[in-house]
Amino acid sequence: MAAERGMAAEALVGQVVLPGDLLLLPAHYDEDAEGERLRLSAGAAPQGRLLCGPGLRRSGAGLLVTKCGLLRHRPGGGGAYWVDSQQKRYVPVKGDHVIGIVTAKAGDVFRLDVGGSEPASLSYLAFEGATKRNRPNVQVGDVIYGQFVVANKDMEPEMVCIDSSGKSSGMGIIGQDGFLFKVSLGLIRKLLAPKCEIIKELSQLYPFELVLGMNGRIWVKAGTVQQTLIIVNILEACEYMTAEQRKEALAKLSGN
Amino acid sequence: FMQRGLDSQTKKQLEEEEKKIISEEHWYLDVPDLKEKESCIIEERSFLRCEDLVYGRMSFKGFNPEIEKLMVQMNSKCKEEEIEEDDKMEADVSDEEMARRYETLVGTIGKKFLRKRDQRVLKDDDEDEDDEEGNSDTIPSKRAKKMFLKPQD
Repeated sequence: MAAERGMAAEALVGQVVLPGDLLLLPAHYDEDAEGERLRLSAGAAPQGRLLCGPGLRRSGAGLLVTKCGLLRHRPGGGGAYWVDSQQKRYVPVKGDHVIGIVTAKAGDVFRLDVGGSEPASLSYLAFEGATKRNRPNVQVGDVIYGQFVVANKDMEPEMVCIDSSGKSSGMGIIGQDGFLFKVSLGLIRKLLAPKCEIIKELSQLYPFELVLGMNGRIWVKAGTVQQTLIIVNILEACEYMTAEQRKEALAKLSGN
Repeated sequence: FMQRGLDSQTKKQLEEEEKKIISEEHWYLDVPDLKEKESCIIEERSFLRCEDLVYGRMSFKGFNPEIEKLMVQMNSKCKEEEIEEDDKMEADVSDEEMARRYETLVGTIGKKFLRKRDQRVLKDDDEDEDDEEGNSDTIPSKRAKKMFLKPQD
C-alpha cells in the first residue's frame, strides 16, 4: 500500500481526521530548516514549542493522528494541535483532577476506583495537614476529589489530594449527601470550557454545588433531593439536546 | 613486565600494541553518527494544557462559600490580565477615604514623636484654634509654668 501523502495541518483544523492521517507542519518546525530559523526572519515564527496534544503523535515528517475526531488548534503560546474525540472510558493522565471512590484500605494507602483499568493508590499523608499521628478520616465508600501524580501505562496510577504547594485547594473528601453519576468525557470537557452556557443557565436556577471529574464523574448537591435530581437529569440530557431544547426545558423549570 | 632501562621507544611501541589489541576487541557501530535532532514538538496527553479548562469544583448562589472563594482564586490564576483592570473596582476602601485617613494619620503619628515642649506648643495651638472667642486671659493661667516648689520647712 502506498503511503498517503500528508496534508497541511492548518488546512484540516475543524475537520474530521482518522487514525493514520499524516499532518504536515509549516516549515519553521522542521529540523532541516535549522539554518533558516537561526536567521532573523520577518515572518511570524512562533516563539515556543508546538504542543502535540491527545490523539496525535510525533513522527518524522509531522504529526500522526491516532484517534478519530475533530482537529483543533490553539494559536497562543507556541501553538497547540489536538484531536477532540469522544469516549466514555477514562485513561488516567498525569495532572488530571478526578473523582474517585474508596474501595479498600491497605495499610497506609487507600485504593480508589477512578474508572480506569486499575485502581489508583492514595497515601494517607497526601492530605492537607495530615501527619503520621493525625490521620485523615477516610472510610471505604467515601468520594474523594484529587489529582494524578503518576499515571502511565506501566505503573499503577497514584493520586494526591494536595497541590504542589501543600495546600488542598478544594481537593480531598467530598462531603455528605449529593449525587454521583457518570457521563461521557466529551461532555465534561464541554462543561469545563471557560464560557459554558449550560453551567451559566443552570446557575440561574437555584443554589447548588458541583464537582466535575475528568474521568467522567459528576457529583451534584442542591438544597432538596428534587432539585438535585433535576440538575442531574439536565446534565445527562445535555449531551444530546440542542441549545434551543435546553433553553426550553430550563424555561419550563424556572416557570414552575 | 615493567623492565628497567627499557627504551622509551620500545615502551611506546608496546603501549600502541596494547591499545590496538584492546580497541579491536571493542564493538562499534558501523553507522555514521546520527545528529541529535532538537525537536520543537512536545507531546502531551492531557487536555488541560491544550484547552483552557476551569477548575472542576464549583458552587453557585452561595451554596458553599468556601468553594466560591476558591473558584475566584483558581480562575484568577488563569486570567491575570482581567484582574489588573478590576483592581480599582474591587478595592474595599475608596481612594478618597484613603486620602482623608492618611491626612489625619500623619498628624497623630507625628505627635507621638514630638518632644514634650513641642507637644505643649502643639496643644496650645489646638486650643487656640478651638476657642474662637479667644479667651486668651484664662489660658495663660493654665499655662503657668510649674516651677519647682521648695518644700517648706
